[in-house]
Amino acid sequence: MYRIAVVGDRDSIYGFAALGLETFPAESSEEAAKRLRLLADQDYAVIYLTETLASELEEELERYRETLLPAVILIPGVRGNTGMGIQMVKKSVEQAVGSDIIFNEK
Amino acid sequence: MAGRTQVNPTRMELTRLKKKLVTATRGHKLLKDKRDELMRQFLDKVRENKRLRERVENGIQAANKNFLLARAGMQDEVLNTALLAPKQKVTLESETENVMSVDIPKFTFKTRTPDENDIYSYGFAFTSSDLDGAVKSLSDIFPDMLKLAECEKACQLMAAEIEKTRRRVNALEHVMIPELQENIKYITMKLDENERSTQIRLMKVKDMMLKEAHGYEDYLNG
Repeated sequence: MYRIAVVGDRDSIYGFAALGLETFPAESSEEAAKRLRLLADQDYAVIYLTETLASELEEELERYRETLLPAVILIPGVRGNTGMGIQMVKKSVEQAVGSDIIFNEK
Repeated sequence: MAGRTQVNPTRMELTRLKKKLVTATRGHKLLKDKRDELMRQFLDKVRENKRLRERVENGIQAANKNFLLARAGMQDEVLNTALLAPKQKVTLESETENVMSVDIPKFTFKTRTPDENDIYSYGFAFTSSDLDGAVKSLSDIFPDMLKLAECEKACQLMAAEIEKTRRRVNALEHVMIPELQENIKYITMKLDENERSTQIRLMKVKDMMLKEAHGYEDYLNG
């Protein structure tokens, strides 16, 4: 039995509480990093993290990339889409193929 | 270049190296197949990942807009109390699926109550109807968000595995196998050379012995 967490600035995430996800407001990236570690040690299988916070946490995210659980997934916050989420997918493609062959089609 | 490591030119070493070459070649072929198949599945997955991500990002942005509107029409305190005690609770079951020796997670979610309307954790009297719409739009996108989590994690894990496999294939193809072949060639040449030299020595010895026994030397010199 696993749970789902949402980490981000309060304005971006309070809506998820209504769905029954567990929300953890974090205003700074240090706070988010600490929270992320705490959650990863518990039985959270999916952690949604806002892009704004994630932009300063690349090393932290790197750590969870190759573990089965938890899956740390970036979502856009209220301040809009920074494109970091799609950047992470690009990174996977580059790692696997050697160059980006999916996203430069357009 | 006789390989990077010094080898003993013996028959035993030759047999050992030949066996090693056979194993390396077979391993190389298998790993190459694994890499190709992983790559095929990865590309399918990553395309799905991209599609899902676009859909989820748009969905969340739309939901955020709705929430912004809802907040504008209500007092902060009212909104906070409305969402303070959620009625619904989501839990996950996770299974692992094996794709070409990579374990990828598969999520199924369960809600505590089956009632769809339990996402509205407040009475409708004091909140604006915009909030209902906002919560609904977020709830609609949630199954896709979960699919995205599954898909993106799978992509990350597969990418790591592909990278590892690719390195192994390259190491076998460009280092291990050529080196083994080189060493085998070196040993065969050396053994052949030894054999020839023994043969010549024997012939020479035979000549000398014949000369001594029959006095050929005098005969030949006239």
